[in-house]
Amino acid sequence: MNCRSEVLEVSVEGRQVDEAMLALVHTILLHRSTGKFHYKKEGTYSIGTVGTQDIDCDFIDFSFVRVSSDELDRVIRKAVGEFKDLCCALQDAMGNGTDGMGQISLEFYQKKKSRWPFSDECIPWEVWSIKVNVVNLANEQERQICREKVGEKLGEKVINIVEVINRHEYLPKMPTQSEVDNVFDTSLKDVQPYLYKITFQITDTLGTSVSTTMRRLIKDTLAL
Amino acid sequence: MDSDLSPQDKKDLDKFIKFFALKTVQVIVQARLGEKICTRSSSSPTGSDWFNLAIKDIPEVTHEAKKALAGQLPGIGRSMCVEISLKTSEGDSMELETWCLEMNEKCDKDIKVSYTVYNRLSLLLKSLLAITRVTPAYKLSRKQGHDYVILYRIYFGEVQLTGLGEGFQTVRVGVVGTPVGTITLSCAYRTNLAFMSTRQFERTAPIMGIIIDHFVDRNPNKYLYQPISDVCMPSFFIYIPSLILLYCSRLSYQPPVLVGAADFCHPSTLNAANPHQMGIPGKEGGVPQQVPVQPCHAAQAEHARASSCLPNDHVPAVPSGSGEDAEASSRSTDGKSVSPRDVMETTFTRKVGAFVNKPGTQVTTASLDLPFAAFAPRAYDIEENDPMVQPPESPATSSPLQGSLHSQGSGESGVPAQDDFVMVDFKPAFSKDDLLPMDLGTFYREFQNPPQLASLTIDVSSQSMAEDLDSLPEKLAVYEKNIDEFDAFVDTLQ
Repeated sequence: MNCRSEVLEVSVEGRQVDEAMLALVHTILLHRSTGKFHYKKEGTYSIGTVGTQDIDCDFIDFSFVRVSSDELDRVIRKAVGEFKDLCCALQDAMGNGTDGMGQISLEFYQKKKSRWPFSDECIPWEVWSIKVNVVNLANEQERQICREKVGEKLGEKVINIVEVINRHEYLPKMPTQSEVDNVFDTSLKDVQPYLYKITFQITDTLGTSVSTTMRRLIKDTLAL
Repeated sequence: MDSDLSPQDKKDLDKFIKFFALKTVQVIVQARLGEKICTRSSSSPTGSDWFNLAIKDIPEVTHEAKKALAGQLPGIGRSMCVEISLKTSEGDSMELETWCLEMNEKCDKDIKVSYTVYNRLSLLLKSLLAITRVTPAYKLSRKQGHDYVILYRIYFGEVQLTGLGEGFQTVRVGVVGTPVGTITLSCAYRTNLAFMSTRQFERTAPIMGIIIDHFVDRNPNKYLYQPISDVCMPSFFIYIPSLILLYCSRLSYQPPVLVGAADFCHPSTLNAANPHQMGIPGKEGGVPQQVPVQPCHAAQAEHARASSCLPNDHVPAVPSGSGEDAEASSRSTDGKSVSPRDVMETTFTRKVGAFVNKPGTQVTTASLDLPFAAFAPRAYDIEENDPMVQPPESPATSSPLQGSLHSQGSGESGVPAQDDFVMVDFKPAFSKDDLLPMDLGTFYREFQNPPQLASLTIDVSSQSMAEDLDSLPEKLAVYEKNIDEFDAFVDTLQ
């Protein structure tokens, strides 16, 4: 099975990174979350109810819908926050006026049980890569324009996400009770998203990774 | 196609489609309420949450949806549409978007109804939740209030998109294949949200007046849940951000007209043909009837109330024009029509403001209605009579008070010193005719013309000149005697 890969790209200001990432990640997770499964006898199960919540962005003229789950929101915010901190750290390291680029990946996977001593295999079936271009703006007028433009762009991205989702391509089969943890994240109390992981990578404008850039900075410093 | 379906599957499918249609309407309408929606997730299934989504059912909306469906289901050639429109307090409306739930003939016979179709319909509802926050109407709906409200209309049958204007965009929310056809959910939304009627702007310059903002505690749901069976086909566009300017200009010359329970004014909207006309919602698909009316200051853009904004005999039609300017010009026109003689005849009845000593500045009784009328520029004043331009000769008087340029002599009303001036009773502003009525006036008159300084008179000056010359040597001697003292003083200054 080939993993389905989708790429989204947005350009935002530093303070908009959080909200832009939250908007897109939550929109994807809204479609990739179900209610909690309650298995009954004879292999049947019932599904809980997923609530939704409107979120208004503070730095972007945009509103989005997320799953009503504070636990899930905390996990996502933590990951997005780390991503944003790395982006800001890179910009600080490179100096003012330097644009940065990062990529946050939301990967949905299935676990495949392996025999001992091998560990379980994680097989991705859908990967969403969100490329973020962090720009520096000179004045408030540019920020206001950016606020509106980013809102429009995020709207387009939501439409793109919905379009991909509604192609109804591969989805893992509904698991039995014993295999539910191989398909869904059952750690949350109120909702049950498909197993996912969030990874990110930061690059500077030259396309090199943060580690390479930091290595070069340290070398230059020692050389002085 | 239907014969391949088991009766149970057919029954289930019909039920799924029916409740999907009802939930679709709920999601769309609730997304246009203007409020943030929040529903709770529940780990335990309640059994009443269709498609495993917590979507509340607003009874009025469900009732309207069922009424529109009339026992039918969306099918091939039978689309269910939810039309979202904007309606101002004046009754003018504009279609913003149309959501269409359609079905085509493309069937997926292999799909499982009770599982796959159900889950995909659930996914489609989630997509609808996301997309409803993305279209332009969402931002408008979040800002609805006393200026405008968002309304919905549900209809069944053929899709009508003509009211969306030119260049409308379409976004497809998603599709779900079923054994009887493919369900498609899409949205067509207006992109051109406005243009201003330039004719209206030429006549009415927007005036930033005082905004009378009567806050009315209203339930936005109440506006949205008005059944709209008759839709006013829009014949004009409304520029939302400029409504505030129009609101001010209207307020400047029109008294607020209370209609219904509302107790505030609404901005008028523009009609390309006539700014004072509004379209009365006609029958569905009919041409709205243009009736010259005052702008309707209605709280709610309701069909019944909008129709009550008919020509009001008690409120005269005000010619279009800037409010205050029109008023001022009309009054100045009234002033112009009065001859100076007529004005003089009315002199003794007018009230003179403080520090007014120019009897030639006359105002009509009509113009006294103007605030601070005495200081208003009077067009009928001619320069010949204007003492500021040609000061009158000082009248000869035995009083020690010398005449100034504006002197009128002392005391009471008397004969005019010149033909151009009329002596009037000088009544200072804020002085009352009681106790000591003339003290202030007497004081003012006396000190208005102070006596000439003695040193400035010719005799005195000439006299002092001679004396100065004579006394000069003596003064010089005294200064030389005290020269040491003067030098010491100068040293202290250094």
